[in-house]
Amino acid sequence: MSECCGPACCGTAVEEYPYGKAPYVRGSVSTLVGDIPIVATGLTTADRLGVWQVRLGIRRGHYRILPGLYAVGEPDDTAPVLVTANYKLSFDALRRELAGRDGWLLILDTRGVNVWCAAGKGTFSTDELVRQVRKTGLANVVSHFTLVLPQLGAPGVAAHEVRAATGFRVVYGPVRAADLPAFLDDRMRATPEMRRVRFGVADRLTVAGTELVILRDPRVLTGAAAMVIVAALGLLPWQPILLTLAAGVTAVLAGALIVPFALPWIPGRAFAFKGALAGAAVALVLLAIAGGTLDVAGSAAVLLAVTAISSFTAMNFTGSSTFTSLSGVLWEMRRAVPLQIIAATAALVALVVSVLW
Amino acid sequence: MQGLRYIDGVVTLELDRDACTGCRMCVAVCPHAVLEMADDRARIADRDACIECGACVRNCAAGALSVDPGVGCAAAVIQGWLTGTEPTCGC
Repeated sequence: MSECCGPACCGTAVEEYPYGKAPYVRGSVSTLVGDIPIVATGLTTADRLGVWQVRLGIRRGHYRILPGLYAVGEPDDTAPVLVTANYKLSFDALRRELAGRDGWLLILDTRGVNVWCAAGKGTFSTDELVRQVRKTGLANVVSHFTLVLPQLGAPGVAAHEVRAATGFRVVYGPVRAADLPAFLDDRMRATPEMRRVRFGVADRLTVAGTELVILRDPRVLTGAAAMVIVAALGLLPWQPILLTLAAGVTAVLAGALIVPFALPWIPGRAFAFKGALAGAAVALVLLAIAGGTLDVAGSAAVLLAVTAISSFTAMNFTGSSTFTSLSGVLWEMRRAVPLQIIAATAALVALVVSVLW
Repeated sequence: MQGLRYIDGVVTLELDRDACTGCRMCVAVCPHAVLEMADDRARIADRDACIECGACVRNCAAGALSVDPGVGCAAAVIQGWLTGTEPTCGC
């Protein structure tokens, strides 16, 4: 399931925006349950910058909204209630689409995780929804009994159980917040198109970048630095060291960028297979450019290592995609992981052979 | 979906049409149009497109649907192998 190991998955944050004084709050509306903060529907430069910081894995901890009830526009007791997660990007996507409208936002505590992932993890849940409906006194704020949930919250929420517990009827809105205005204008009806999850090239590249963080991993950087030091001290020649580093970077780029970009066009269904094909292709290019000085064992080492690493990296992209099932991932992993280990081991043996002989 | 299809013949989704009450909830929540209505009951139209997210099962008041829900994420599976638990995103 989608994006679950992607950018919005791991809410490790401790920091929260205060209720009522946050930068996006534009005043308050008085209700029977007290003053409810009104949030802006326009995003600021800081909001937009924040999107990229989250995507790149920087400052994820600043991206929680305090759970509870908020307002947009000047809602009265008939205004719709829209439910989302307390991940700031989910919250931003929702309020941005509500420009010029009146409504209530009920923010669930998903520990700063996006709706789909939180629904899978059980934090965007029936229990949490019921808890927030009761805690906020929502029944005293609105005179209707309808909650609009994002469709991707459905894996965590049982509509019939929410109704039994609170009297509120759950209506699942569109997958994308961008379709919300059309949904609301059409008496809360979603077209089949609004109900489909997509994974176009822009979506793929947006989540692809996050797989590259492995190149920033301290262990990887330490390993690379160690190899450079080994070469600088003259313990091993520069050439295999540089080629090893180039092969490593190339392999990760193949699995983490080329495969996500070219996903529909690379043959096969299994991500590990697509990754192996992309890895073998870039390895051959690398060898054509830099392999002239390599012996057969050295060339084999590059080919095997790049293929294995690219295959593994692409396999991990399953977690960022929107159309993989756990059964399918297990199916491909049982076949691919042993092959990846064999290829990596063979690459290491070939490298040693190439260096020693 | 733009020609993107995953592994065929592995999905655990099952539907008991006799138990279905025709409420259409599963059709509404499925993000891959796996289910459709036929003769006032749900029907599995495209089982191989199922991602086992569990949305339909969770929202079936009649209990007509079943699936082994999970996250189609290799990193989560590896995390599960390493820690000896169910697949988890490790966060």
